[in-house]
Amino acid sequence: MITHHLPVLLILAPLLGAILAALSRNGFAAWLIALVASALTAAIAVALLWRVQAEGVISYRLGGWAPELGIEYRVDAVNALIVLLVGVVALVTMIFARRSVLAEIIPERVAWFYTMMLLCIAGLLGMAVTGDAFNAFVFLEISSLSTYTLIALGRDRRALVAAYQYLIVGTIGATFYVIGVGLIYLVTGTLNLGLIVERLGAIESSRALIVAEAFIVAGIGLKLALFPLHAWLPNAYAYAPSSASVLLASTATKVAVYLLARFLFTVFGGDVGPGGIPIGAILIVLSVAAMFLASAAAVFQNDVKRILAFSSVGQIGYITLGLALVNPTGLTGGLLHLFNHALMKGAAFMAIGAIVLRAGTAKLDELSGIGRVMPWTVAALTVAGLGLIGVPGTSGFVSKYYLILGALEAGHGWLAILIVASSFIAVLYVGRFVEVMWFREPAQAARESREAPLEMLLPMWVLAGATIWFGLDAEGPAALARAAANALLKVAP
Amino acid sequence: MRLDVVLRVTTKFMLAPLLLFALYVQFHGDYGPGGGFQAGVIAAAAIILYGLINGLGPAQKIVPVGLLEVLIPGGVLIYVGVGIAGMLLGDNFLDYNHLAHDSVHGQEWGVFLVEIGVFLTVFSTMIAIYYAFAGRRRS
Amino acid sequence: MIAHFSQIATIFLLVAGLYVVIARGNMVKKLIGLSLFQTSVYLLYILPGKVLGGTAPILDASFAVYANPLPHVLILTAIVVGIATLALGLTLVVRIKEAYGTIEEDEILARDGSKESVTDKVKIAGNKTGRGGNGA
Repeated sequence: MITHHLPVLLILAPLLGAILAALSRNGFAAWLIALVASALTAAIAVALLWRVQAEGVISYRLGGWAPELGIEYRVDAVNALIVLLVGVVALVTMIFARRSVLAEIIPERVAWFYTMMLLCIAGLLGMAVTGDAFNAFVFLEISSLSTYTLIALGRDRRALVAAYQYLIVGTIGATFYVIGVGLIYLVTGTLNLGLIVERLGAIESSRALIVAEAFIVAGIGLKLALFPLHAWLPNAYAYAPSSASVLLASTATKVAVYLLARFLFTVFGGDVGPGGIPIGAILIVLSVAAMFLASAAAVFQNDVKRILAFSSVGQIGYITLGLALVNPTGLTGGLLHLFNHALMKGAAFMAIGAIVLRAGTAKLDELSGIGRVMPWTVAALTVAGLGLIGVPGTSGFVSKYYLILGALEAGHGWLAILIVASSFIAVLYVGRFVEVMWFREPAQAARESREAPLEMLLPMWVLAGATIWFGLDAEGPAALARAAANALLKVAP
Repeated sequence: MRLDVVLRVTTKFMLAPLLLFALYVQFHGDYGPGGGFQAGVIAAAAIILYGLINGLGPAQKIVPVGLLEVLIPGGVLIYVGVGIAGMLLGDNFLDYNHLAHDSVHGQEWGVFLVEIGVFLTVFSTMIAIYYAFAGRRRS
Repeated sequence: MIAHFSQIATIFLLVAGLYVVIARGNMVKKLIGLSLFQTSVYLLYILPGKVLGGTAPILDASFAVYANPLPHVLILTAIVVGIATLALGLTLVVRIKEAYGTIEEDEILARDGSKESVTDKVKIAGNKTGRGGNGA
């Protein structure tokens, strides 16, 4: 019986957790509530994936209303993967968060911090499971508003400016998205994605749809930091509290990518949109630009958090490249990279969070030799860095391998060369912090630090370990990603 | 402002009708235009008006900050609680059909309770925003 | 021209709002522009929902033509989102003013060039925050 309600329970667990955390007004109680709520969320996400694999697409009608009138939650192989990712990362982040939050957040705000974390998780999960275009906007704003608050809770005053700039850009993005959805609603008369697809076939004039697609791609592009629209991301990640950075870097942009994929493939029909916009070609150009330019920008940063943030923009390029290839192999690569990148970036940001806790800084020039006092932490960071490069034996290699195969399959041999070439830029920025942290003489910050506490090392190594594990045995996530790619492209498995 | 007789007297006359009108909008929302959002804003406007005339301190005596911090999540809790009640009665989340003896009354009860939750959250959020801005000193 | 009046009004508000966001350096003015921009979307949804000669959407045997109620419900939600965004944005501006002493974007960027000795100041200023504000 309870399995019938799984899609909505997934949202209710973090939402109820947020309410209780706000009512508790006590930092430790709020953390405990957040931990239990995210553990429940992760368990529900696993159950949901299991049910999707057994039964296929799950539809849940809120309030019992039919899809024409009400909101439908619709879970298939694609969002089951995203939901699993968000659920697991949320749980791991909460375990990590306690110590980091104690050090970085003013005591009376700790309960609010966890409230916002849970609201953000609820919003992200809602975006992933809903089958209603406008409902997706509401959940997008729930997660965005809580994200702005989370960033503003950072201890540097520049966190306030970063949050403000993200608020402006994020709101423009979300509003662009609603404009696009509004235009679709005007021509189809429905907001349900399934019904939109059915009714689009009967529409002769494509002008409204062209505008709608432009607005939606640009709007979601802002939220997922598609290359020229990424300016908000580095500051937001760098100045947010460490545990918030972990959650945002590994989930927020990924859910936006999902939403983009859902619209591109399910609604607009892939490579060439309505009215013949070459959306696939545009995405390829932007993705390649991200892979090179954003990664190159990462090389010149001094703050390790900013290095990782710029690297995120570059890595998102690989993910969108996978979407733009529009063949099952490439899309599998893109979705697999989405999954793997979330795990390794989570591990990397956790390692930085632990370093900030012990050494009090994330500036590279003050962190020389930190690897000698915090070997486990810096080792996790190194593993994640190797994953970002795509070294064989890490999960990053597997997803890039699929991407290269996809590029060759699409007949773009030059793209395969560019994927390999851009990985060498990652060698530069990863090599920089690896060299400074391991091989230089310990600086003052390093001499005064010691190894991170076990409760931070454990979640960090769960993610770093997953990076290695899925690099050696990629069958599990690859099968999930392949099923998701087939579902998006409507190919029989 | 505190000595201005006209403003103080007018405010005194306005407060009760404002709150009453909020309640009218709240409970008439089932049959006509209105509902928790609108009623919450009107009721909050009454408290904010009182605060503008008499100062933040007296306003916080009527609606203390601690109460707001309970009411904001409390209203959401009522909303979610009604939804879960529907689930426990064997329907989908937010399905009110079995809350009463037949589906029409069930829907009415469901919307009525949900609107109370909406009212509490909107009312307290509006006042919380006012307190947050009014409570900061000019630097 | 007249027939498309509602669309023209929508597009004017959209572009005007977006222009203010881009062209102004003052953070409060940017938020005003942002609100204007969001308002254009309310019009985009609401105006086509009106049916000429239709009544309010209350089911009754004597009326057959009525306005589409769904856009109103959607936009009520969008308005709430807009209020929340504006409130949060203004809160951030107040905090920025306390931390930097200005709300002009270029001056803030200039001030961040001089290192972050002010970090502690933010912490102290933050301690005074009304707690209700965070819940909003």
